[in-house]
Amino acid sequence: MMATKETIYTKDAANKKIKVVRDFDAPVEHVWRAWTEKELVDQWWAPKPWKANTQSMDFRAGGTWLYYMEGPDGSRHYCRADYETIVPNKSYTGLDAFCDENGKINTEFPRMHWQVQFTSSGSGTRVEVEITFASETDLEKIIEMGFKEGFAAAHTNLDELLATS
Amino acid sequence: MRRDVFQGIADPTRRAILSLIVLQAMTPNALAEHFDCSRQAVSKHIKILTECELVKQEYSGREIYCHLNTKKMKEVDKWLEPFRAQWESRFEQLDNVLKNIKTKKS
Repeated sequence: MMATKETIYTKDAANKKIKVVRDFDAPVEHVWRAWTEKELVDQWWAPKPWKANTQSMDFRAGGTWLYYMEGPDGSRHYCRADYETIVPNKSYTGLDAFCDENGKINTEFPRMHWQVQFTSSGSGTRVEVEITFASETDLEKIIEMGFKEGFAAAHTNLDELLATS
Repeated sequence: MRRDVFQGIADPTRRAILSLIVLQAMTPNALAEHFDCSRQAVSKHIKILTECELVKQEYSGREIYCHLNTKKMKEVDKWLEPFRAQWESRFEQLDNVLKNIKTKKS
């Protein structure tokens, strides 16, 4: 059994950024595919017990990924990501949003900018995710509504985490 | 007015104040020297931070010193926890996806 890799989290409140770094035991090409092909992304993108379901994914600069997260009670939250730049097997950037089933953006929720970088590290791959909030107000809003509400699903994990830390 | 830790850290000047007093307790005057804004403005930020309980003001002789309330600062850290848990769950699943890609190819 492979040991779970450690994930490094840093937050930079002053610059409205959160960074997540994690190593994976697979070559860059595989990791890249897992992040950018809908059949693969759907298998892991949603934190348990949610399930991600891609409606459409147009993975190119200017393209859009529309998907929903389905909860165990059948509730659906639609999200979209608009891709901005793509450098195959290296990096991509995009802007995410909550939306309706037609992809119409819900402006009540802040959008977040994503930068995902992939670098070869020995036999594996290092993935660096940098999430930037558009403004301080957005950061405040996300803090206020709390990832707690948006990601209530993660609570079981959270409890375990807090118990061990 | 309701105050919480997040209001405290929502302002760049207040974050700068916190990062200064994390090193050592400081008087409001000493703090004000670090900022371009008026002493009055800095005092207002200190007042808000105190109301949020991120800062404790304590007398030492004739001077008031601003101390960081580290216990309260930990509440700020907690908001990141659900986010962290979410990513842990994702990455564990991603590990499995990657394992399967490997198997199929070899």
